[in-house]
Amino acid sequence: MMILGITLPVLPLLVGLPLLAAIAVLLISSHRWRTSISTVIAGLQLLIVILAIQTTEASYHYTLGGWGAPLGIGLAADGLSLALLLITAVLVLMISLYSAWYFSDSSKATRFWPIWWLLVAGLNTAFIAADAFNIYVALEMIGLSAVALVALAGTRMALVAALRYALAGLLGSLCYLLGVALLYRAYGTLDLAQLSAQMQADPLSWAALSLISVGLLLKTALLPLHFWLPPAHASAPAPVSAALSALVVKASFFLLVRFWLEVFDPAVTVTAANFLGVLGAIAIFYGCIGACRAQRLKLLVAYSTVAQLGYLFLLFPLAFTNSSLEMFGDAAVAAVTYFIIAHALAKAAMFLAAGNILVSCGHDEINNLNGLARHQPLALFTFAIAGVSLIGLPPSGGFIAKWLLLNVAIDSGQWWWVIVVLAGGLLTAIYIARVLNVAFSQMDSLNISEEMTVTRSRTIGMAACGLTLAILTILLGFNAEWILVLLNGSSPITDAGVVR
Amino acid sequence: MFLKLETRETGSDVGLSTLACFLLGVVITTLSAALIIAVIVSDKAAPELASLAMQNLNTSGVENPVTAVLLNFRSYDTLLEIAVLLIVAVAVLPDQCFAGKTSLPAKRFLSRNVKHQVNPVLAGLLKWLVPLALLVGGYLLWIGAYAPGGAFQAGAVIAGAGVALSLAGQHDFTWQTTSVRITLSLGLLVFIVVAAINNLITGTTLQYPVSYAGLFILIIEVAATISIAAILLLLFVCLKAIAEPAREGDTQ
Amino acid sequence: MTQDLLYSITGIVLFGIGLFGVIAAAHIIRKLIALNTMGIGVFMVLLAAARHGVVTDPVPHAMVLTGIVVAVAGTALCLWLALQLQLLDSPVPEEPP
Repeated sequence: MMILGITLPVLPLLVGLPLLAAIAVLLISSHRWRTSISTVIAGLQLLIVILAIQTTEASYHYTLGGWGAPLGIGLAADGLSLALLLITAVLVLMISLYSAWYFSDSSKATRFWPIWWLLVAGLNTAFIAADAFNIYVALEMIGLSAVALVALAGTRMALVAALRYALAGLLGSLCYLLGVALLYRAYGTLDLAQLSAQMQADPLSWAALSLISVGLLLKTALLPLHFWLPPAHASAPAPVSAALSALVVKASFFLLVRFWLEVFDPAVTVTAANFLGVLGAIAIFYGCIGACRAQRLKLLVAYSTVAQLGYLFLLFPLAFTNSSLEMFGDAAVAAVTYFIIAHALAKAAMFLAAGNILVSCGHDEINNLNGLARHQPLALFTFAIAGVSLIGLPPSGGFIAKWLLLNVAIDSGQWWWVIVVLAGGLLTAIYIARVLNVAFSQMDSLNISEEMTVTRSRTIGMAACGLTLAILTILLGFNAEWILVLLNGSSPITDAGVVR
Repeated sequence: MFLKLETRETGSDVGLSTLACFLLGVVITTLSAALIIAVIVSDKAAPELASLAMQNLNTSGVENPVTAVLLNFRSYDTLLEIAVLLIVAVAVLPDQCFAGKTSLPAKRFLSRNVKHQVNPVLAGLLKWLVPLALLVGGYLLWIGAYAPGGAFQAGAVIAGAGVALSLAGQHDFTWQTTSVRITLSLGLLVFIVVAAINNLITGTTLQYPVSYAGLFILIIEVAATISIAAILLLLFVCLKAIAEPAREGDTQ
Repeated sequence: MTQDLLYSITGIVLFGIGLFGVIAAAHIIRKLIALNTMGIGVFMVLLAAARHGVVTDPVPHAMVLTGIVVAVAGTALCLWLALQLQLLDSPVPEEPP
């Protein structure tokens, strides 16, 4: 990419910049400097991603070290990667601002910032990876830093959740790595494009696909493997929960899409794709029921993530209609990408609002949140807008996302998924309404813990971050075209060759 | 899965009922057998990446093919691997390390604990063992360019010297100072700086100019060895510091 | 049966044994040892892949080295979490019997 006559290596910068930020915030002792550096670098990262999207190239390639595959490692970004990089950059900026207030008088801040930036580096690495082993290292970066951030809460519940999360994550990475080892043994390369070109539908490919899928599903928390998610996302500090639900689980889902649609597509069968779809459908209902039964607000939002992740897996049966990607592959990917972006914004807004409520009330027991509407109108407003998007009501991003999904389902003649999507929306409405109902009743009797000493400016700053994200959710509903155009870029993995 | 998660000693070793264990064993055996059959059925000769690596070895700056892969062909993975170590180091660092200027007067990284009595044989052994381990570490770092060895092996041996000192009990390690944090992040920092410098020289990130490749790899390896040794030692010392109060409580 | 195939099969068997341990064991240390057994199984498959061809391939060796470092990091983080939990559970040293 050329800016002012200087050629910028965009893709390496997206990994190098967060790593440098991590080192800087580790070495600096002053809180003020730490947060300003984080904000500046988060802004810079957003700027780079926007510039990368604005330039005319549909997709990016980079050959690290000048070796080229299979000997060296390549980087690649297509429309899907750019969309995820963009949403990551936006959320990193907002969550960094929020954390500056959230951790302002806490000794945890010093530990939070370096690990946070290492997590961001891991996410960017995963989104631009074009090498199977490089993805393993990225997964470990994401997994270990996410675990360390959950443990930051320091409570017994958070530590147990973090330990489970760590074990599940390590187990997932080992399954993934065994799959990669089998692939390397058979094909002698780790480059995704070269693997894709040689891929055959034989037992070894199925074995590798199963291992890689199980590993990534464990990290994405699809239904039978979701056990670690609700406690981990519910007990982490609020900005961490937002990042985990909005970004971290999406990274492993993104990789799953890469492997299923681009690397292993000759080996994928319609039955396998439908199996994932059915698990997704069960996850939608299970997550919604869990959210309806949750006693704590953050646990409710965490179960809602289990449900929303279920929608993403409808991609596989929709894309593999008649076992060929020709017909509905692109439309399904576009719909699900839109869903990922809408959910990331809404869920981050929701967790930030929940964190605000937790900080200002000292607890987040749903039954004791009477009268919240008067005490925390801004946070509740944010929660409600995010909820509207999750339900899928117009004019939100969630509405467009579900509408696109329904379109693909009807076009491909799989009407049963329509029922699942609509029923999921209804169930979502129930648990959102449950919170709002409590918040607007008995206006004078809010239970607030005695020891709350939070300054007003701090909570307002935090609420503003959440509100911005909620407003972005609505704006997304009005600017659907833009994201869809971004996605039209061709895939760098399958049409390799252009070296920049 | 993972429903039972004990951190304390209990009577039972197994967290599942006998029936569940049996079923689990059957399932895992079946899956492993399927995997083995899949490997045997499609056992074909893969295209050679090995020969490609050997062809490019003379432009990689080192003579040991594994080091060439780690620090030249696939150096990006190694950079990220050092970042992974740093994540865990920051997570494990004791809280007072971050306290800044207000904390206790800064202590030296390695201090002598005179109160602790050490067996004279052990003390004599350490006097030989620690310098020897440092020497072996330096040798492993240097030989990595020509034969098996390199930054991680060297870092592990040097950290081993620290572990021996820590176990003997006569020396304390303090992780409070800023210089410790610099040491921990040095490997990653130098790696990124070298990558950026090479981007200016050759126009490609992580591509070394052929005639200086060996030099750049050595710089990265020295910095990485220091950081890896420091992080491994930190992990051991910090975990030992947390584990010890509980053990002392048991033995008193 | 070639040597590298035998090593691959042994690696998969180790992976299976480790998987059983991770799920069945109750104590966190046992689970971690089982996880590391799985890791060693994967590394064996990788090392066997290095001898799959005529020339010994350095790439899997490098992958195993990276894998070992990552395994060390992951194990250390889990141990730290387990120790923190143990600290929370026994804030006061127990009285001798």
